[in-house]
Amino acid sequence: MAGRVRALYTSPMITEIGHFALILAFGVAIVQTFVPLIGAYKRWPAWMAVAEPAAGAQFALTALAFGALMYAFVVSDFSLSLVVANSHSAKPMLYKISGTWGNHEGSMLLWVLIVTLFGAMAAWFGGNLPPTLRARVLSVQSAIAIAFFAFIIFTSNPFTRLATPPFDGQDLNPLLQDPGLAFHPPFLYLGYVGLSMAFSFAVAALIEGRVDAAWGRWVRPWTLAAWVFLTIGIALGSWWAYYELGWGGFWFWDPVENASFMPWLLAAALLHSAIVVEKRESLKSWTILLAILAFGFSLIGTFIVRSGLLTSVHAFANDPERGVFILIILGFFMGGALILFTLRAGVMEAKGVFGVVSRESALLVNNLLLAVACFVVFVGTMWPLVAEMFFDRKLSVGPPFFNAAFTPFMILLGLFMPIGSVMPWKRASLWKAVYPLRYVFVLAIAVGGLTFAIQTGRSMIGPVGLFLGAWIIMGVIVELVQRTGRGPDRLGRLMRLPRADWGKATAHAGLGVTMAGIAGLTAWTQDDIRVAQINQSWDVGHYTLTLNNVEEIRGPNYLSTMGSLTLAQDGKFVANLSPEKRFYPVAQMPTTEAGIDYNLIRDVYVVIGDQQNNGGWTIRTYIKPLTNWIWIGSALMALGGLLSLTDRRFRVAAGARKTPQPVPAE
Amino acid sequence: MKRLALVLMLLATPLMAVQPDEVLDDPALEERARDLSKGLRCLVCRNESIDESDASLARDLRILLRERLVAGDSDAQAVDFIVARYGEFVLLNPDMRGANWLLWGAGPLMLLLAGGIGFGYARSRSKATSPTEDPLSVEEQARLDDILGR
Repeated sequence: MAGRVRALYTSPMITEIGHFALILAFGVAIVQTFVPLIGAYKRWPAWMAVAEPAAGAQFALTALAFGALMYAFVVSDFSLSLVVANSHSAKPMLYKISGTWGNHEGSMLLWVLIVTLFGAMAAWFGGNLPPTLRARVLSVQSAIAIAFFAFIIFTSNPFTRLATPPFDGQDLNPLLQDPGLAFHPPFLYLGYVGLSMAFSFAVAALIEGRVDAAWGRWVRPWTLAAWVFLTIGIALGSWWAYYELGWGGFWFWDPVENASFMPWLLAAALLHSAIVVEKRESLKSWTILLAILAFGFSLIGTFIVRSGLLTSVHAFANDPERGVFILIILGFFMGGALILFTLRAGVMEAKGVFGVVSRESALLVNNLLLAVACFVVFVGTMWPLVAEMFFDRKLSVGPPFFNAAFTPFMILLGLFMPIGSVMPWKRASLWKAVYPLRYVFVLAIAVGGLTFAIQTGRSMIGPVGLFLGAWIIMGVIVELVQRTGRGPDRLGRLMRLPRADWGKATAHAGLGVTMAGIAGLTAWTQDDIRVAQINQSWDVGHYTLTLNNVEEIRGPNYLSTMGSLTLAQDGKFVANLSPEKRFYPVAQMPTTEAGIDYNLIRDVYVVIGDQQNNGGWTIRTYIKPLTNWIWIGSALMALGGLLSLTDRRFRVAAGARKTPQPVPAE
Repeated sequence: MKRLALVLMLLATPLMAVQPDEVLDDPALEERARDLSKGLRCLVCRNESIDESDASLARDLRILLRERLVAGDSDAQAVDFIVARYGEFVLLNPDMRGANWLLWGAGPLMLLLAGGIGFGYARSRSKATSPTEDPLSVEEQARLDDILGR
């Protein structure tokens, strides 16, 4: 109690310091945008040099503001209207902390914090960039920060006070009180905002009038980092939906999910096309365009979540005014960048010469498929709006459309990937490149055929998915073996392959694993719905479930109806399952907590429902094959990105700064 | 207080998706109903099919759909019956009539267009002659000398 009283005395002061720091950071951002830009134009080193300390200061001030807001959530300072609306004193500490970004205002502050973090990182690790380019990159990055500082301060201030603080808060949406979702937004924002760095590099290069191999090398680590974060963020969100929403779906093609998926697709395209710029000085204008568009889609994502324009399960459902503000930001940055892009088309002339069959062309195909897939998602997401505005039709575009229109591109991508990744640079013979893959192709077809023979039913989803998974994973192995060449010490050479090669192999294999997982889950899920009495047993697939009892339990800030079930196979005990139905009294909201027995082959997923008039309970049971492959594959993709990020060629440049300086003798 | 909360809990618990009492006795018919209801939107929900939704309207639609199937409707007839009453908005899988061909055609058309441009680009790169060596500027030459310790 004493601690809480003390906290309430110190908290107002900290809050005001945070608020002040936020406004100060806004000021620093304005300076950082204009001074280095003018400096770079006039070649005034002193003006350009302002960018570096300014980027550090901007980040420190924003971190202070964010820290102050987090502190207010931790000590439950109910003089802040944001804390009242999104927290409660009885809430577990983890969710008090995650409550900081579990709302519109706080999440925008986190957004801009990450913008400034990336700016500061570029200032600290960008020692190898030419001074004018560095000044321009930091200036553009800071311009993005200005827009969002203004947005926060003028439309969504998290530090708004209440004259008479209430005794307690209204609690965070119980669905968000979950470890998976606590960390989902920060990763997603790190990804979204990481793409701002690619954008800043693209715009700075256009202003500079110079896009070359070095630019490709500089922009790639940022894109890679953003893509890794997006991968983790999306996978966490999907995993959360799987176990929390109560029917085991992992992807709903909801506008907000699409909003995070579109930048992911474009970032994946961008990090491949940047390789072509880096190694072959080709595809330059396309790469620049991708860098601009990828960040544009991040902004659209932010806009969709906050405007309430498209209906979605996840939207913050805020007033349209905020949506309009973000739309103006989007229009300004996209319009400006695209105009600059057309004006400077001349500087992006390709230099490399390559044949139609070559690694360059293969990466071009990768980009085509990813970009068109992204376009399909975009059209599907926006179509209800377009149809209503222009054709006066009120319609829905749901999962059946996306499954039908999007999946073919992923199948093509999966088919093509192993071939593209063994293709040599410059000029290649298609037959020579494909030849080493002949055995694994036959083997993969066999896997698909075997799957078709074993499964009941005629669906092609499962066989095609497993074929693609096997084809991609075995293709990766063939490629690695090829890279070791001939002669002795092949294992040693395998281990000494550059990290980028290992990263590529891991990420590609990850995609294969995920594809197989999605296919397995989609094709072979079994379900069962019934009213079960206590001590009743029933069979689902090869399993037998028994409902042992149902208890009422009290959690820290909820009440729970918890079922206790035994899962058995052929009379042998497999696992205990405890599905729950929770009720959060403060928010007046129920949630379901599924009881899940995980393993690599399948998940058994049990949900408990209402008690029926005859005393039995509604129990839903699902057998979901290969589900965990989806997330294992995502983890592999992220790991592959990280491996690639630690490749020597990115560090050489960064480390160049640390070359020993002559040390004065002591 | 606890009792009050329990009462509230009973009042507020959602109906969970498909209820046991809705399930049809004929498994083949039930499977058709489940498949069809995955493509029908719960009108009061944000983006859920009636198969997944907890809302009571979704339950009504599920029951209505099953009634039509039991009455002997084909899949198309049953769906048309619901579309006639609730409008096109209820379809999660938009049809291809009218302007919707743009929606369905967007992907393939874009692939053709982009593929054409991409192929043209690759052709032009393969025919391009190697560019004349870009001579280093004085500045670059100085930096190179600096690096090489000349």
